[in-house]
Amino acid sequence: MKIKEKPSRILFLLIDVIALLLITYACLMPIWHMVMASISNPTSLNTHPGIVYFPLKNVDFNAYKIILQYKKLWSAYGNTILYILCTCVLTAVLTTIAGYIFSRKRFYYRNSFMIIISFTMLFNGGMIPNYIVMKSLHLTDTPLVMIIPGVLSVFNIIIMRTSMENVPTELEEAARIDGATDLRILWSVILPLCKATFAVIMLFAAVAKWNDYFSALLYLPTRRDLYPLQMALREIVITATADVSSSSNLLDLSESSTVYKKAIEYACIVVSTLPILCIYPFVQKYFVTGITMGAVKS
Amino acid sequence: MKREDRLHKKPEPALQGFRVGGGLRNLPHNFGLDLRRNKALYLFLTVILTYFILFHYLPMFGILMSFEKFSPVKGILGSKWIGFDNFIVFFSGPYAGRLIKNTALIGVLDLLINFPAPIIFALLLNEIRQNHFKKTVQTISYMPYFVSTVVAASLVINFTKSGGAISESLKFMTGGSSENLLNLPSWFKPIYILMGTWQGMGYGSIIYLAALSNVDQELYDAAKVDGAGYWKQMWHITLPGISAMIVMMFIMRMGTVFSVGADKILLLYNPSTYDTADVINTYVYRIGMQDMNFGLSTAVGLFNSVIGTILLLTSNSVLKKLSGTSMF
Repeated sequence: MKIKEKPSRILFLLIDVIALLLITYACLMPIWHMVMASISNPTSLNTHPGIVYFPLKNVDFNAYKIILQYKKLWSAYGNTILYILCTCVLTAVLTTIAGYIFSRKRFYYRNSFMIIISFTMLFNGGMIPNYIVMKSLHLTDTPLVMIIPGVLSVFNIIIMRTSMENVPTELEEAARIDGATDLRILWSVILPLCKATFAVIMLFAAVAKWNDYFSALLYLPTRRDLYPLQMALREIVITATADVSSSSNLLDLSESSTVYKKAIEYACIVVSTLPILCIYPFVQKYFVTGITMGAVKS
Repeated sequence: MKREDRLHKKPEPALQGFRVGGGLRNLPHNFGLDLRRNKALYLFLTVILTYFILFHYLPMFGILMSFEKFSPVKGILGSKWIGFDNFIVFFSGPYAGRLIKNTALIGVLDLLINFPAPIIFALLLNEIRQNHFKKTVQTISYMPYFVSTVVAASLVINFTKSGGAISESLKFMTGGSSENLLNLPSWFKPIYILMGTWQGMGYGSIIYLAALSNVDQELYDAAKVDGAGYWKQMWHITLPGISAMIVMMFIMRMGTVFSVGADKILLLYNPSTYDTADVINTYVYRIGMQDMNFGLSTAVGLFNSVIGTILLLTSNSVLKKLSGTSMF
């Protein structure tokens, strides 16, 4: 260092670094623990108190071998991926078009319609009325109920609209003189200039779907085969721990795998979490853009 | 209208509908023509409006259930009308006080702890000039946000049950016995709030770090020339630089203080902790989806929505007065 620092400053920086290291430890430790626990010797794991920093006794991948055969876990995984893909496509199409319509200054009714739509941010029917509506639309117990509700959000429409309003109108007019239709203008002129917003909306939609277990709890009362991953996980690691004797257990643990119960839980958590944890560092810049964008707008 | 008048009159912005295609600028609005010219746009507008009507306005109609002795067989229009009985049953029942108290307490505690946490984290991180370290800490701090709620809750359950990491270290510190903390009512709120801190601190700091990076660096240079120390710089430059953002975020969060979601609590609570853990939304879920008492459940939900809406409107108008921006 070129400039000499005062001792008080050095002390402060030292405390600062220690605090940050502690925070990092707190963020990382539970995730490290679950990975290590999942490959530990199951007998030692069952009696080990506290955090598992390194595989106990010996490295044991049997828990993973066992869960490979859990068809329900993998089909739930597939369901989630399917739900995310469909949601993203629908969100992309509808939000883009809604953003386009509501960003057209020449559209006379845009403010009135915007008010109608924004009102839903302020007030909603609540859990049971929503359930009744889904039921009377015959959406409950179908895959559609995991896709359609929540496809359009006012917040997304607003950030899309704002970013489209910022595209210079000259570009649109030029394209129109060349004979482009609205869809053509949207696709070739406006959308390429709103790529960042588009990516952010997709990302938030995907994360929300990935996280969602509550709508499955409400809207898929009997169709376990349609459960998303989070719902299957909930049955494996939470409901099962609370009520071992429950006959509705997603996993029927055979005698030989009872000893692996804890390791299996961790293994299920790991296979459903690690992929995301490997992807997010590469997409985090979009989150940063998205959050700042949302704050500036709202 | 006389000819001169027509000439001198400014062209009216008579554009209604989408009105695109052709140079018919100042003709009176002709909805049929507009519709024919912009078929696609009107079609999509219809789709979007249909979505909001089906999934947002139709449920609002369902609120009528809160004034009925609702029976699924008779439907919303056929069920027996009982006025405010559902509300009276709820407010005179044994749970109303507990639910309102828990919801408000959890909301306020969450605001008091999980609102400042990301700001403090961002300020701590901002003092670090070593870029690699800063970037690494930042990236790791976002990690818990990408752990799903179910997984985070299961980690919490594992760590707080007897023999879990947190119960064990507590036993070590207090010398008591290692218990399942989630079965002790007094522990529920701290555990719930800390789970929120773990998940949201790093992610919540993103916005403040962005605001901090927008603070003019020349101000710091000028302050150094004037002999201001680090504390003075933080007090007079850094904090004022992000104070607008802090105020805005605080007011926005105020608006959602009473909307404590059911999803996280449902994963963590159990009958032995209902005393401190049960909030309005979890009660709505239990009464509605498990006991199938739709009328009462809708009434309680409506009470929650109305308070939520009032809070949102208040916080919005405060925001408008203070900063000129608003959410709606």
